[in-house]
Amino acid sequence: MANSGRRDAPELPDFSVLKRVARDQLIYLLEQLPGRKDLFIDGDLMSPLDRIANVTTLKQHEVDKLYKVEFKSIFSTSDQLCFLVRPRIQTVKWISDVINADKIAGRVRRYKIIFCPQKFYACETVLEEQGVYGDVTIDEWAFYLLPLDNDIISLELPEFFRDNFLEGDQRWVTTAGSALHLLHSLYGPFTKVYGIGRCAKMVYESWREQVEDGEQKAQQHQTEIGNVFLIDRDVDFVTPLCSQVVYEGLVDDIFRIKCGNVEFGPDVTSSDKSIKVMLNSQDKVFDEIRNEHFSNVFGFLSQKARNLQTAYDKRRGMDIRQMKAFVSEELKGLKQEHRLLSLHIGASESMMKKKTKQDFQELLKTEHSLLEGFEIRECITFIEEHISRQVSMVESLRLLCLLSLTENGLLPKDYRSLKAQYLQSYGIEHLLTFSNLRQLGFLVEQQPGETLTVMESKVGKLVNDKTAGKLTDAFSSLAKKNNFRALSKRLTLVPKSGEEYDLRVPRDMAYVFSGAYTPLSCKLIEQVLERDGWTGLDDVTRMLNGHEFAVTGERVTYQPRSRADNQRIVLVMFLGGCTFSEISALRFLGREKGYKFIVVTTAITNSARLLEALLDSHV
Amino acid sequence: MIRGKPDEDDYWNSSKIQNKAFTFDDDDDEFTRLKESKRAVNSIISFDEDDDDDDVEKVSWSGEPVGSISWSVKETASSIRTAGETRELGFPKIDTTPSLPKQGSSYSLSSLFKVKSKAGGFQSFSESISDTSVRTYAPELRRPKAECKDFISDWTPEETVRRMQRGRVYSLEKFRSLQDKLLLLDEAVSAHDGNVITAVLIYLKKSLSKEILFRELMCREVALRHYVHYVKEMGEQRHLLDLLKALGRTGDMALMQYKEHLNMKDENRKKEFLKSCLSLPFSQDDASHVMDHYTLLERQIIIEAADKKAESMGQMDVFKKFPRKASILNMPIITTLYYSCFYHYGEPEGTYSSPVNIRKTFRISDKQYILTALGARAKLKSWVDVDSLFNTKGWFGYMTKKSPVGFHRVVDILHKNNAPLQVLQAYLNLIDDTELKISLAQKYKCHDVAINTYRDLKDRQQLIVYRGKVERGSDEDRKIEELLNSTQIRWKN
Repeated sequence: MANSGRRDAPELPDFSVLKRVARDQLIYLLEQLPGRKDLFIDGDLMSPLDRIANVTTLKQHEVDKLYKVEFKSIFSTSDQLCFLVRPRIQTVKWISDVINADKIAGRVRRYKIIFCPQKFYACETVLEEQGVYGDVTIDEWAFYLLPLDNDIISLELPEFFRDNFLEGDQRWVTTAGSALHLLHSLYGPFTKVYGIGRCAKMVYESWREQVEDGEQKAQQHQTEIGNVFLIDRDVDFVTPLCSQVVYEGLVDDIFRIKCGNVEFGPDVTSSDKSIKVMLNSQDKVFDEIRNEHFSNVFGFLSQKARNLQTAYDKRRGMDIRQMKAFVSEELKGLKQEHRLLSLHIGASESMMKKKTKQDFQELLKTEHSLLEGFEIRECITFIEEHISRQVSMVESLRLLCLLSLTENGLLPKDYRSLKAQYLQSYGIEHLLTFSNLRQLGFLVEQQPGETLTVMESKVGKLVNDKTAGKLTDAFSSLAKKNNFRALSKRLTLVPKSGEEYDLRVPRDMAYVFSGAYTPLSCKLIEQVLERDGWTGLDDVTRMLNGHEFAVTGERVTYQPRSRADNQRIVLVMFLGGCTFSEISALRFLGREKGYKFIVVTTAITNSARLLEALLDSHV
Repeated sequence: MIRGKPDEDDYWNSSKIQNKAFTFDDDDDEFTRLKESKRAVNSIISFDEDDDDDDVEKVSWSGEPVGSISWSVKETASSIRTAGETRELGFPKIDTTPSLPKQGSSYSLSSLFKVKSKAGGFQSFSESISDTSVRTYAPELRRPKAECKDFISDWTPEETVRRMQRGRVYSLEKFRSLQDKLLLLDEAVSAHDGNVITAVLIYLKKSLSKEILFRELMCREVALRHYVHYVKEMGEQRHLLDLLKALGRTGDMALMQYKEHLNMKDENRKKEFLKSCLSLPFSQDDASHVMDHYTLLERQIIIEAADKKAESMGQMDVFKKFPRKASILNMPIITTLYYSCFYHYGEPEGTYSSPVNIRKTFRISDKQYILTALGARAKLKSWVDVDSLFNTKGWFGYMTKKSPVGFHRVVDILHKNNAPLQVLQAYLNLIDDTELKISLAQKYKCHDVAINTYRDLKDRQQLIVYRGKVERGSDEDRKIEELLNSTQIRWKN
């Protein structure tokens, strides 16, 4: 599959410069606190930091000891402390406590807080309230974008999802706008920007204002990225809640890929230690299977194993000279491949075992029935039994949410009964989780009649856009409109039942879900690119609560030769996270249509991460 | 869930069609192939094993690459643990009076020193109060103080919000009338910058009375949600409850208060707290759940105390044979039911710990009860109890087996609890759907059931196929042979 598709797809821009810029800026900031210092790093920042700098870099800039922020008292003996943290109130409160404890002990130190990627007024207010404003210097490390792979860039802000969609806090809008601005100034100017979603609109606005504010760049460099597509996660909640079945997605669902790294335990490595592996296109074996449906992976790995055996076998009957050449030219590559191959075979085997144990087949069958709207009663029975047997708490929740999202809410009778059973099985404190899910529109009761919808669209027509936004806000907190069934029909997301689907030769993006469902998010992107806008999709956008836009930048006077090429490079920005399945689907679309997609996301997500962000059963 | 067509149990290779392409069963061809490949790959002998890791990252015992930041942090952490355990100190509580001289307003002069260079893109300057070099970057500061003030006070709400967005010098002091404050807030909201919205809200919180602020927030959804989030993050529970109450969101308020129980470690304190929650204005639905929560914990405390005693005194055999792994406190209802089915099965309804009592108190459905009791009794290998769960008197007085859950599910649970073959077979035979029966019989290696079913279906062809799945010369093999040679059966094919 890796080699099929159009061959004229343009080359991807080089994103390594983003890492260099971030590293240089961090070094600059560390030098603002000259002399030896201890560095406290937010747990969330450790993995991203690992990707752009290492301990040696930090040591070179007089960082003495490294600590993880753990909200406990500290034991540092250094007289300079530097905190590299996300702008969170809890963290700043802890730092204030540290400083105040020093003051009481009569200890004099210099303190610096580096907020990444930016500071918030609320955090500074805490410093002020705690009486330490002025005792500490504040900096911002504008590390917005971490390239995870050739075509994936992450903001590494998983909290974006909850903050924006559940809490309704727009603190990250400007951050996303700045990230886009950075990409624009390095790889733009963009020609066209498409988008859908309330947040997408705001991010666009923020970016536009930053472009206007910025100094006009004198040197016109060649545009590398022509088109941009911004999409809110709440446009499509169904896709990220589906079980992933392409290799990379499955690895993420089971082992959790963290910042491009995965930790394979002893069951995979067949030894007593775990191995941390970086999963990206540098891993040649992985690169060939990452987008494949899991059922094809076995065949591929078996073939690879045979080839490897043959290659090793070549050494038999070699004379000394040939052997020397073999060792110097081929052996290293073979050994590398050997190592990777056994890792991925081990991983496949372990995933297979785990999935067999939890009746994956039956689970997938239920999911597909839900997507299709087929035999819903049986699905509910399955979910009930899943809950009663206390199988994974998050998994049960996922199925309930899928049911609600695809059925446009549950019948009040079902809602009450399923909720009661859930609380009985997993703990009554999940009342709080249910309240969050309702607020977000993940899991709701069907409203009697369509009164809300009708009222909303009527009022919406009478007022201008700005007010309409406010109104939608008010309504969405009451009940989020969801028309999955109608959308699915209109965009043929679910193929007609009974059609054969050969997963070895995928014919459309639905292959990422076993041919049972085309991700809504990716389908929208396909449609809009095809039509060069939203024309003819009025009914679709209406069902998605509007907020769509398509804008063309001012005519760029300087037309580079490769204009056609950069127009086929499309940057897709997911606000609230995207899944590996969606990335695989876009890669497929790119190969079919000759595009190259660059996925920028606030974080890589999956069903478990989304739902865990909404649990409130812990403090 | 079982679709009309018989050949659709295959969701991997194709979701809808294709027969026998890929399943998660162990004896599947693909899987065997994979296993073989694994063996093959593992058996390939490298030239020199010892330098085999030349392109493998060096990894420490915890799996972090040596030299990585996470690794290094762990190193420091562990060295501290050994060195600093004895020095564990709590944070001393201190007076939080600001150490800076107050300027008569919540936004002191120190905020004038904020400097940020967004335009430059990548650089942001250290902003230190003591650092004089900063002054060069903040042109406003070079003006005489008085002039500066005048200048500031001229800024409109729009200009102020813009300046805040860009991290420039700003002042909120001049927004004193309610109208000005609200204009400023609305301007911040329309700029979509959550950071600035919250900053304005913090100012309003300090300079307006609660009543007025809450009233104004009521009709400003976006600002309200920022405010609620900010107050939540600050941990100002009291203030939040007041706000929700003022907004009339009593259900949310009740939940927010109920949430506090998560912080409580002591079970008796938690119980008392839950009791106090009962009077909160929950929605009708939630009220009954909170009631359950209180009742549950109350019962659990009683059961725990009694069982702990019984266990330590060695009175009951079941505790000796199966020592309790954890306390039952704070476990969900179903777990509590499982526990009672495990340790207190058959106790009269009058006792709190009896399954009957728990089932009744918490309105547990037949289905939930059967699944839970089945799991518990099967774990204890008490097959008599398992049987009696499903026994029902039929019309004519003799016993039949009935279940509110499919027998395939029952078989599955029995299998997971290592039930012996004859128990599995008995329940396999109760499955109505022959297709499902055969596939499960095959999965759990209950060949007799499969063979008998084919015999009853008079399906000679399938029986021949099935023969390939049993061991040569085994009892099953002989049985199939006998059947195939039998002249009594009128095969349909």
